[in-house]
Amino acid sequence: MSSTVISHSAEHHDSHGHHHEESFIRKYIFSGDHKMIAKQFLITGIIMAVFAMLLSVLFRIQLAWPDKEFPILEVFLGKWAEGGRIKPEFFLSLVTIHGTVMVFFVLTAGLSGTFSNLLIPYQIGARDMASPFMNMLSYWLFFVASVIMVASFFVESGPASAGWTIYPPLSAVPTAIAGSATGMTLWLVSMVLFVASQLIGGINYVSTILNMRTKGMDLWKMPLTIWAFFLTAIVGMLSFPVLVSAVVLLIFDRAAGTSFYLSDLVVQGQILPNEGGSPILFQHLFWFLGHPEVYIVVMPALGLTSEVIATNSRKPIFGYHAMVYSLIGITVLSFIVWGHHMFVTGMNPFLGGVFMITTLIIAVPSAVKAFNYLATLWKGNIRFTPAMMFAIGLVSFFISGGLTGLFLGNAALDINLHDTYFVVAHFHLVMGSASIFGMLCGVYHWYPKMFGRMMNTKLGYLHFWLTFIGAYLVFFPMHFMGIDGVPRRYYAFTEFAFMAKWVSVNQLVTWAAIIAALGQVAFLWNFFYSIFFGKKAPQNPWQSNTLEWTTPVEHIHGNWPGEIPTVHRWPYDYSKPGHGEDFIPQDVPFSQTMSSNLPHDFEGDEEAERIQAEWNAQNGRKD
Amino acid sequence: MSFKLNNRFKSISGFVLALGLLFANPILASQQDTVASDSAKVATTAVAAPAATDSVAKDTTAAAGTAAVASASSTTEAGAAAPAVEEVKQIDPQVYKNFTYYVLLFLVICTVIAVIGKVLSIYELTRKMNGRYNPFANNTFQSALLFIFLVVFLYGVYWSYVHWGAAYWRSAVTEHGERIDTMFIITTAITTFVLVITHILLMTFTFLYRMRAKRQAYYYPHNNAIEKLWTIVPAVVLTVLVLFGFFTWRSITNVPEDLQKSALQIEVLGEQFQWNVRYPGTDGVIGKRNYKMTTPTNPYGIDFNDKNSWDDIQGSEIWLPVNKPVRFHIVSKDIIHSFFIPDFRVQINAVPGMTNYFQFTPTVTTEEMRDRLGDYNYDFVMLCNKICGSAHWNMQKKVVVVTEEKYKEWLAKQNKYFTEDLQKEFSGKTANVKKDSVQVTASLN
Repeated sequence: MSSTVISHSAEHHDSHGHHHEESFIRKYIFSGDHKMIAKQFLITGIIMAVFAMLLSVLFRIQLAWPDKEFPILEVFLGKWAEGGRIKPEFFLSLVTIHGTVMVFFVLTAGLSGTFSNLLIPYQIGARDMASPFMNMLSYWLFFVASVIMVASFFVESGPASAGWTIYPPLSAVPTAIAGSATGMTLWLVSMVLFVASQLIGGINYVSTILNMRTKGMDLWKMPLTIWAFFLTAIVGMLSFPVLVSAVVLLIFDRAAGTSFYLSDLVVQGQILPNEGGSPILFQHLFWFLGHPEVYIVVMPALGLTSEVIATNSRKPIFGYHAMVYSLIGITVLSFIVWGHHMFVTGMNPFLGGVFMITTLIIAVPSAVKAFNYLATLWKGNIRFTPAMMFAIGLVSFFISGGLTGLFLGNAALDINLHDTYFVVAHFHLVMGSASIFGMLCGVYHWYPKMFGRMMNTKLGYLHFWLTFIGAYLVFFPMHFMGIDGVPRRYYAFTEFAFMAKWVSVNQLVTWAAIIAALGQVAFLWNFFYSIFFGKKAPQNPWQSNTLEWTTPVEHIHGNWPGEIPTVHRWPYDYSKPGHGEDFIPQDVPFSQTMSSNLPHDFEGDEEAERIQAEWNAQNGRKD
Repeated sequence: MSFKLNNRFKSISGFVLALGLLFANPILASQQDTVASDSAKVATTAVAAPAATDSVAKDTTAAAGTAAVASASSTTEAGAAAPAVEEVKQIDPQVYKNFTYYVLLFLVICTVIAVIGKVLSIYELTRKMNGRYNPFANNTFQSALLFIFLVVFLYGVYWSYVHWGAAYWRSAVTEHGERIDTMFIITTAITTFVLVITHILLMTFTFLYRMRAKRQAYYYPHNNAIEKLWTIVPAVVLTVLVLFGFFTWRSITNVPEDLQKSALQIEVLGEQFQWNVRYPGTDGVIGKRNYKMTTPTNPYGIDFNDKNSWDDIQGSEIWLPVNKPVRFHIVSKDIIHSFFIPDFRVQINAVPGMTNYFQFTPTVTTEEMRDRLGDYNYDFVMLCNKICGSAHWNMQKKVVVVTEEKYKEWLAKQNKYFTEDLQKEFSGKTANVKKDSVQVTASLN
């Protein structure tokens, strides 16, 4: 497959002609080109993110002013906000779809789909993905899944409303909640398509990375982004199918009258015939994906920021090997920690103790990554591009959100914090905000590569500060609500005396959320305006080392006009002493950088060492 | 090209600004409108109120014979009022206007931001023309902002710890809860220390090492000793936390069997959207429950063929004797709920098809807690903490901890589940049920 792509593009460029101009449909819609598919993923992801963000503003309004009427809501939402007040069931739909869309459609497909597609062929030096057709299929399955998910707002009984974790029996019994009728069916169908899309994508990413690296690009010369996408794809391939099995069994329970998850139910006075199933089974299957999922979400973000932080600190990433090993550690451990979501569900308490041990172990590689980021910044020469600001924001969120994981991973402390706002604060910081910041960091950094134009930096800074401060104002206070015992997914705090004091805090949070949401307009304007009117980008705007910046600004089929460059060095030769510039791209051979080569650069190649020693002797350079 | 573009941009932004100014007056006008409509509403309610008092007056002055007629008239009045209310409910055009004003207001803000952006770039251009442009000015500015953010952030953390953390903190009122609290405080201390240190490092590094003209970054790809250090230190700290947590967790969940049996047994059944509490009665044993026996008269589904259930008591609230171990049996009738008492540090899910247990010993009575907090309306509360449907947010049960005597007093006043109606029903049924059960077992065989 790969050879055909290469020969095809070679022919194409030899003839210097555009004699087989691609039709509009082949170029922009059913495109097999990884760059176009990346853009499709990104724009779909942005649209879904705006959609999910609007949902969150709606339920934030309800939480801040539970007794107030907003007639305008009725204009838009009709019967779901009769009299200008959101109904409790619709509130649950809002939180459910907000969670589902953000976790899966934005932070999995929008993040990994965009940047894996864009950067894998570019950074490893390949003409395209291993299978462009599967790549296209992956996007279109994702697109159909998105449409179905959004369409669930247009069915009479409303969208799914059992929480993004869709625990049965609530999600299995339509009489328990209106959202578990057609809305839930659509949710399940959408997720099956989504998982298919992720699997096809993941297989493609892994095979591309393993088989199609350019000459000289061995695994230890790959940028950390590629390592992150590679391991993410592996995690996804191993865990997403389990979600499908969970979903399929749930579909059987709903449609065929089986009892995988159902037993001993009397819903609304009706004795159901199901016997012998266990709701806990679903939780095990769900979280077997669900926990790796948070690493699927956060690892690409960490990969992107590793690259951006190194580039903009003008300094090699500190502890490249440690970064890779901690990613591998996270990958392996992520499969044996899912039980920490189930400490108080009635899982055997001894098993809970075991999961607690594995959970706290996974904090070690995460801590190593955070410290390595700090060490990379130390004594750097830091350039604050908007992308770099978002990368710093990610490090901040990753630390502040990760630390609260020590509470929740501890089974004894989790008794009191489980399903409270503390959990909401924790995961919104560590996987929500951190991953979104990783994604935005990637958009600002690779925008010139994607669209050939630059984004407006001033709007970028405005966007960063509004979002960064907004996110902290929204999520930091929630920790304290959780410690006080306020449960998540509550429609209003009005019925409990001890929650009364949090209503004013909720107003602060909602205002922060609204302002941060409006701040996204700065990004949207910037993004779409710059596609057409942005400043033309230079070839390597950030003086970066990785291969994607050796391609021409104008996108061409096959990425490089001539031969694919050969890789000679690791991607982090920034500010190497003895070299004139503060960066040396990966495709620059050591023979051109005699004045800056270090002994370990040659990896034991005696011939090269001898030549270097000779050169050093002639030029009076101490090695 | 770019000059043209700028011109166009200016004209567009000028137009939007003009539009915004044009609507600035209507914003004021709308405020007046809303005031007017508010007063109109007041007027209508004022009109309605005398009418109501009128009808009341009619009722009271009317003779007993005409009372029926009067009430009938009042119902017709109510009937007439209903459509009027619906008319009011129809969306006021003012709503659309207000919405448009807010959109315009936002556009005006955008325009102002765009103008500021233009002014800044003009300033930069003039600096460039004068040859005094510092390409690192913005870089330094952003690093300074990050440093200011650090100061504000740390103060914010401190402020929220004091005002939201310490001020609202309520210590646990159970034996195991005190151990959880200790661990919570230790974990908070460790994590806060790390949070503060790492953020100070992060945002002073970004300030200290911001890009400058003649600097070069320090080429420092790795240092195995440091990396080992910061792998091992977190690992050790985590090991301590893990061991501490593991043993606490085991001590809470792994109660020896004799202590399990000697504790007071209480069963709690969750359903949409209420909790049902069952005390075992004098025999100390909770009778069996069989969901298939759920009927309108026996909504709990208690199996009254089991004689242990005959004396089971229906608790209107959860009352507990202080300093006595109590073992909760948590079950669910329909979907998953979660039995959560924040003050007790107690939580376990109610899962249909299985029973979960949580054993603990309350150490503080409600009255003592009220004294402690200085809030004489304070009550412990048990709430549902697993999404369970539209009224999930208001599924609570009061929990009261009292002395042994008061507890017994209260328990004596509670009703039994096995009401007279049910007794009749079951005495009639028992024969049939026995036959049925024989048949069932036969068919199973």
